Amino acid sequence: MADAAVPRPAADRLRPALRFLGRRLLQALIVMLLVVLLNFSVLQLAPGDMISVLSGSSDMTAEQMVSLRAQYGLDQPWLARLGIYLFNLAQFDLGYSFRNAAPVATVIAERFPTTLILVVASVIVSLTVGTLMGVVAARRAGSLADLVLLAVALVFYATPSFVIAIVLILTFGVTLGWLPIGGLVTVGAGLTGWAWLADLVAHLILPVIALCTFYVAIYARLARASMLEVSSLDYVRTARAKGVPEWRVVYVHALRNALLPLVTMAGLQVSSLIGGAILVETVFGLPGMGRTAYDAIFERDTNLLLGVMFVSALCVVLVSLVVDLLYVLLDPRVSLE
Amino acid sequence: MTKNLPLTRRNLLKGVVAASALPMILNAPYAQAQAAKRGGTLTIVSWPAPTYLNSGITTSGPETLLGGKMFDGLVDYDIGYVPAPALAESWDISEDGLTITFHLRAGVKWHDGEPFTSEDVAFTIMEILKVHHGRGRSTFANVTEVRTPDELTATLVLSAPAPALMKALNASESPMMPAHIYAGADIMENPANTAPIGTGAYRLAEYNRGESIVMEANPDYWDEGKPHIDKLVVRYVADGSTRAAMLETGEADLIASSLIPPIEILRLGAMPEFEVTQRGYEVSSSMHLMDFNLRHEILGNKLVRQAFAHFIDRDWITQNIWFGFGQTATGPMPPAQGDLYTAEGVPAYPYDLERAEALLDEAGYPRGDNGIRFSLFIDPLPYGEEPLRASEYIKQQAAEVGIELAIRTADMGGFVKRIYGDQDFDISTFTGSAGIDPTIGVHRFYWSKNIRPGVSFSNGSGYSNPEVDALLEQATVEIDPEKRAELYHTFQRLVMEDVPTLPLTATERVTIARIAVKDHTPRAIGPFGTLADVWLDR
Repeated sequence: MADAAVPRPAADRLRPALRFLGRRLLQALIVMLLVVLLNFSVLQLAPGDMISVLSGSSDMTAEQMVSLRAQYGLDQPWLARLGIYLFNLAQFDLGYSFRNAAPVATVIAERFPTTLILVVASVIVSLTVGTLMGVVAARRAGSLADLVLLAVALVFYATPSFVIAIVLILTFGVTLGWLPIGGLVTVGAGLTGWAWLADLVAHLILPVIALCTFYVAIYARLARASMLEVSSLDYVRTARAKGVPEWRVVYVHALRNALLPLVTMAGLQVSSLIGGAILVETVFGLPGMGRTAYDAIFERDTNLLLGVMFVSALCVVLVSLVVDLLYVLLDPRVSLE
Repeated sequence: MTKNLPLTRRNLLKGVVAASALPMILNAPYAQAQAAKRGGTLTIVSWPAPTYLNSGITTSGPETLLGGKMFDGLVDYDIGYVPAPALAESWDISEDGLTITFHLRAGVKWHDGEPFTSEDVAFTIMEILKVHHGRGRSTFANVTEVRTPDELTATLVLSAPAPALMKALNASESPMMPAHIYAGADIMENPANTAPIGTGAYRLAEYNRGESIVMEANPDYWDEGKPHIDKLVVRYVADGSTRAAMLETGEADLIASSLIPPIEILRLGAMPEFEVTQRGYEVSSSMHLMDFNLRHEILGNKLVRQAFAHFIDRDWITQNIWFGFGQTATGPMPPAQGDLYTAEGVPAYPYDLERAEALLDEAGYPRGDNGIRFSLFIDPLPYGEEPLRASEYIKQQAAEVGIELAIRTADMGGFVKRIYGDQDFDISTFTGSAGIDPTIGVHRFYWSKNIRPGVSFSNGSGYSNPEVDALLEQATVEIDPEKRAELYHTFQRLVMEDVPTLPLTATERVTIARIAVKDHTPRAIGPFGTLADVWLDR
């Protein structure tokens, strides 16, 4: 710890940071390539192609099917199609989604904001609520409050998000009629400004709660365990001995160290919600990235699925980079080397 | 199986269906005489979302729902499927059935202000419907030319009579599309496919791909005074229970085509705020069918297929799997096909396990030492809950007579490839739209020339009977209604003797709407029609 505190020349500190970023960039490229290869191959293994699915939901003659397959290049061998896809991808062209009659980039640009709003709101809410629960429980470890909080966390942990979603819809949407249940905004209402924002928030409350409960439980338990661990360390005792007020000891000295495992978890939460909120997106009628990928699989919309996976993977890589940087900020013992 | 039923939720529901739901549906109150109120927004919630916003280039369901809102057909259909004027004010059909002349309405404008003329009719039929519409290819197959002597006259010239053609001219089935937008460019790539220019009662106002569509009233609509509402919104929500909840909370006003779980239809339908009606679907009656792969050694035996018909209680399936929303099938055609349908003289195969066992013995497949005669796979259609539930019931029934059935599930891509691509299956189940005319939706499953590998919902069983082929080919061009009906009656008897395909249920779809929604189904086609008459009593 003493070594890290010794100041070094700026260039010396910058070099490892650059080396770190370079290494991460290379890793990211390899990950992205693997993501594309894996998804492409898996979709090849699935029986039937986009045209068979299309012909399952609308009448099509044999001639129409042949000409559509030729038009979409589905009559080419799969290695040739992979080659074409990678070639286009290298020029940042994600291709065309035939199911949506629009370029993949357009479809993703339309769906990504929904996911982004959900993810950001869920992470903020669950991290705040979970951490507070954990800290409160840790301070009164063994008390009735601790027991109740642990029990609540256990229920949150064990209840699947879609069950919570349905209960929320039935309670706050159907029975009480307080909150809207489908979509992100009131369609066709033409709201602007504050009215639009209020409408958006009202639509967000239920899905965000449904997405949060599981993570609230995890954060609460993590925060409790790590607060208990940190509280017995020497530097906390020193802080108390110095006469630092109790709230400052808990929320500044102890919590900062206890946050590390929570940051790791938050990174994982963001990553898993970007593509994995399918059930909540489905139940609340929110077409985000998860539902889009899910539908693309069943519709054999290769371009769209690869596009969603590509963008999701990119986000995951970025988030883990941010998490690593946060570590450095939070804990002086961690450096980029 | 039907005896000694335990007191389960499903059996209780069966009672509910019998006691309340059916009378409620049949006597659904229908407001017609009230004067329409103006204004308001009607919200429909549906699933899945469309690819295109017109139904001229695809027969897919989501597009069909939208087709009639922004486009019009040459004709519409009154109750009983009687043609009524729409873009065509009147029409003459020559005695030999070889020319049909449409006299078009004057002063109709496209949404961009251009006039609608006979050129548009000619272009739509010859270049769009005949080429890109899955059913249009057969509907207009005999049309060799559309003559346009003047701007308001379009004459269809046919190589042979096409009695089904006059039944397929409504807005969602054959929408008239603008030649000035589509001519001279690739039809499927035209940007107007997602930014439509029609003549319809509503114009596109806002399109959020995969989420919602907002349409606004067309102030220049030719049917003066209509539409009555200001806005028509269609929202797409993937979960059936959420759709039901949205209807209940008032976020949605109408759900078409039974797109919520049957139990929710019964529950909401029993509430005074909602109205359930089966009207409006005669054009799109569907059958749930079971295909036997006749290439299979065991299933190639007619006696085995007849045994299946005996050991499956089709009434039970209709009442319990479809919650009574359907009629037990008697043959390849649904009762909705009117005079062409018959059950008279058609082999009925009443539910009879002993008869089934006797037939299987006679076919040369006695029970083995373990009580099993043979094992087969059954592949239910991966669409909704019901096909899987029906195949679970069939599996249990088969076990009663010593047949071991294994259920194999796939997604749509996998199903289509296995059944119609590879033909590597034993028994499949599927729901086929029977269409308003048998040539549109029934022939394809039985006509030997429609055994077409790779084509979905073609003649999947591989059934080939020259006598049936001849009947179907005659019926396609026969214009005398009585003779035509006779041909179809014989067809139904022959096919049920051979049972290459066992029809299980003629499924019935419903519209469920808040009672404030009036006149959503004033004619033969309900929410899938134009919705130009709909108004809100708020």
